[in-house]
Order: sequence, then C-alpha cells, then structure tokens
Amino acid sequence: MCSLCGVLGCDDHWTSAIARSGVYTRNTDRLSRRREAANRKKLANALLEPWRLKLAEWQGTSYVLSSPTGNTRVFESLAHLWPEAEAMSGRSFDPLDPDFLGRLRDRP
Amino acid sequence: MSVETRAASPTPINLLTGFLGSGKTTLLQRLLADPAMGNAAVLVNEFGEVGLDHHLLDRIDDNVVLLKSGCLCCTVRGEVADALQRLHSQRARNEIPWFDRVVIETTGLADPFPALSTIQSHPVLRSHFSIANVVVTVDAVNGGRQIQERMEAVRQVGAADVVVITKTDMDEAEDTENLVARLHRLNPAARHVIAQEARAEDFLVDASAGRSEDWLRDALQAVEASEAATGHHEYAHAHHDHAHASVQSFSLAIEDRIDWTAFGMWLTMLLNRHGDRVFRVKGILDIEGEDRPVAVHGVQRLVHPPVHMSAWPDARRQSRIVFIVDGLDPARIEESFHVFNRLSEKVLGPNQTPLRRAG
Repeated sequence: MCSLCGVLGCDDHWTSAIARSGVYTRNTDRLSRRREAANRKKLANALLEPWRLKLAEWQGTSYVLSSPTGNTRVFESLAHLWPEAEAMSGRSFDPLDPDFLGRLRDRP
Repeated sequence: MSVETRAASPTPINLLTGFLGSGKTTLLQRLLADPAMGNAAVLVNEFGEVGLDHHLLDRIDDNVVLLKSGCLCCTVRGEVADALQRLHSQRARNEIPWFDRVVIETTGLADPFPALSTIQSHPVLRSHFSIANVVVTVDAVNGGRQIQERMEAVRQVGAADVVVITKTDMDEAEDTENLVARLHRLNPAARHVIAQEARAEDFLVDASAGRSEDWLRDALQAVEASEAATGHHEYAHAHHDHAHASVQSFSLAIEDRIDWTAFGMWLTMLLNRHGDRVFRVKGILDIEGEDRPVAVHGVQRLVHPPVHMSAWPDARRQSRIVFIVDGLDPARIEESFHVFNRLSEKVLGPNQTPLRRAG
C-alpha cells in the first residue's frame, strides 16, 4: 500500500521511487504524483503510436496497455511496459533503432 | 537506543565478488579484523559440496551464514533472500549479536547483477537492506588473462564500485601499473585500490547519500581524465585491448537541461532492450525545474533509486553520464538521448515543470 495516499499497490519503478531522505522522486504529494503520471502516459503514448498501441492508467494504481484489436494487458509498474508491449506486438522496441528515432524526430 | 530505532534505516550490504582464487576471503578476513567492521554479518556463498571459506571466518561465526547450493547467479537467489530475511528477524528478536552491515561474498563465477536485483526488488528486503557497494577483487597474477578471456570477469569489473587488486606482492604478479590502467579503462568510474592498501573505509560507505557524493566525485574525475586523454569534447571513450574489444566506457556531456519524464522513459526503454550489454550507467543530471543535481546509478537492468544531491560540485552545472557498454555505439546512444529529450518538449510542452528559482 502506498504510504502517502493509502491506495493499494503502487508503481515501484525507479522513476517513481518511494520518497525517502536523499532520494529524487516526484512521487511526493498527490498533485505532483498525478502530474508526473499524466506526463509519463502522454510520453509513452507518443512512443507507442507507431505501433498503434495505447497506454491508459487505471485508478492511479495500474497501467492498461491495449492494441487496436482489443487485446489488453494490465500491469502495475512502468518496468513492465516495454516487455508487455513487445509481447503484445511481437516486435522489439529499440530506442537505438534509426528508423524509430527518425520517426520521433520528424514528429511535429 | 531501541531495536526499533536502530532498525529504522536500511542496513547497508556490501557485495564482494571476484574470480575464483582472486583473494576475496583473504581480503574479507583482513578487513573484518578492523574494529569498524566488527558488527558486520557475513554471507558466504560456496560453489561445491563442502564449503571451506567459513572456517576462515570463524571470528564472527555467530553471524556467518554459509549458502550451500552453489552458484549465486542462478540457484541461490532465493537462498540469499531467505538468509537475509532470517538474519533480519533473528536480529530483531535479539537471537544473534546486533549487526549494522552485511557482507555477501559470492562465488567467483557470479555475475553480481542477480544478487543486486534480488535485494532491490524483494518486497521485504528492499525495506530493510540497501546496497552500499560492489567490491570486486582482481588478482595481479591471473587477472589480466581473465579479463582478456572471460566475459564474467569483465562483467564483474564493470559492475564494481571498488576494484581491489590483490597479490601484487607475488613474484608472478604482472606489472601492476599496467593492470590498473587496463582496469581503469574498463571501469573509469570505480575506485581502484591495491589490496595491501585496502582499508575498511572502502567498504564502509553509506548506502545512500554518502555514497552518492562519492560517486559524483569519482564520475567527474573519470570524465575529466578521459576527456583530457582523448581531447574529445562531446563524449570521451576508451577502447580496450582485451579479447572483448567491444566493451568500452564513454561519457556523454549534455548541455541541454534534462526532462525527467523523458529521461526515465529513455533509460527504461534502453535497458529493456540492451540491459545485458550495459554493464554500468552513472550520471549526474541537470533536471529541468531543479536547482540541485540528480544522480542516477545502474548496473545492467537494475537502476538504484535516484539521489537528489546536496549541491553541484562545480559552477559548470553540466550533466554527465558515464556508460560501460558491450558493443553499443556511443554516438547512437547520444543521438537517442537527445531525440527523447526533445520529444518531451513536443509532447508535453515547454512549461510542464516549475521554473528554476532565481539564484
């Protein structure tokens, strides 16, 4: 359970680490946590767009990844996003792939 | 001080690894004689039927646990977790002497990553223990050859925070300076010490803030040294003269301010696809909207919780990321980083985070 908001389960990925002394995280108060989650979702969707996959959030506790054919996968941590997306689409998502980078660069 | 108060901060764990016969136990035995290490519990991992090393460590036998099942990289992950949990609960019940540190000595074949990953992702352990550092022994007699021939040795050195060079006093020892130079090229961000000069302080680093200040200094020195050596402005890199010539370290110097969301997404995606070829990432980042630098630190697919540093070490405020990779193109990694960083501006807009305060 998240000790800050009381929600059951929370993303324990390093980008949203539990707020402790000396740790950098935006998982601090409700507003900053929600804003970061919204930004993360927008950015992930921009990256997933070429494969027509979509990421949504469920109740601030889970992510829901869906394909155009209605296939859905639910997971709790951002750590699972890329393995799930790869399993769903049967492709590898490589941030060093020149075509992928080209598409991101040309994005308006 | 009550048990509850003492247990409130996570107990630091030192992971000691190195090739078979590279002097891990000898080093540990000597360091444990230091009063500062007097309250350390030790987990010894033995490959084979009969463990011998624990006989050498009988001075603190109350707190020595011998893991019997062999290779740490596959079979023993659960056993490490069980042993740590057992130590933790026995300490809480006062059944064993109080310990304020755990040293895990692994078998020589182990890649340190699985043990690190087990500790950090275990739902119970991660609240009670934290990884202080990875200490790797390399012996001056066989170390050079092992690095040339064995990928396991390269991985161990790549994951190290401290590299201890042992057996330099033996007749068969190869040129120590040459070995140090090679190790330095392989992992410029680690501290390199000769075993005879190793002190308990090399182990006694704080698990969070203190360590981060250390690696900030080390990483900066590494970047400056390699930049001075190559005269390269954008990123400096060093190729290696061992059989795994594809392993190299390099650093990115980034002028733009970094969007935290984009950086997290980028590094997560990079490590998902190429984590087994990224031995080490260490970085000091100038995050958009933050006055103070943020330090990140990863070994293969594992990234430690990012650390909010107390201050910039110099007036430059320049982000720097040190990578040790196997067969990945530094230029492509740099290009990918910038594409992601700019993407966040396109997708999220320029003013998503609070502006940096004046002064």
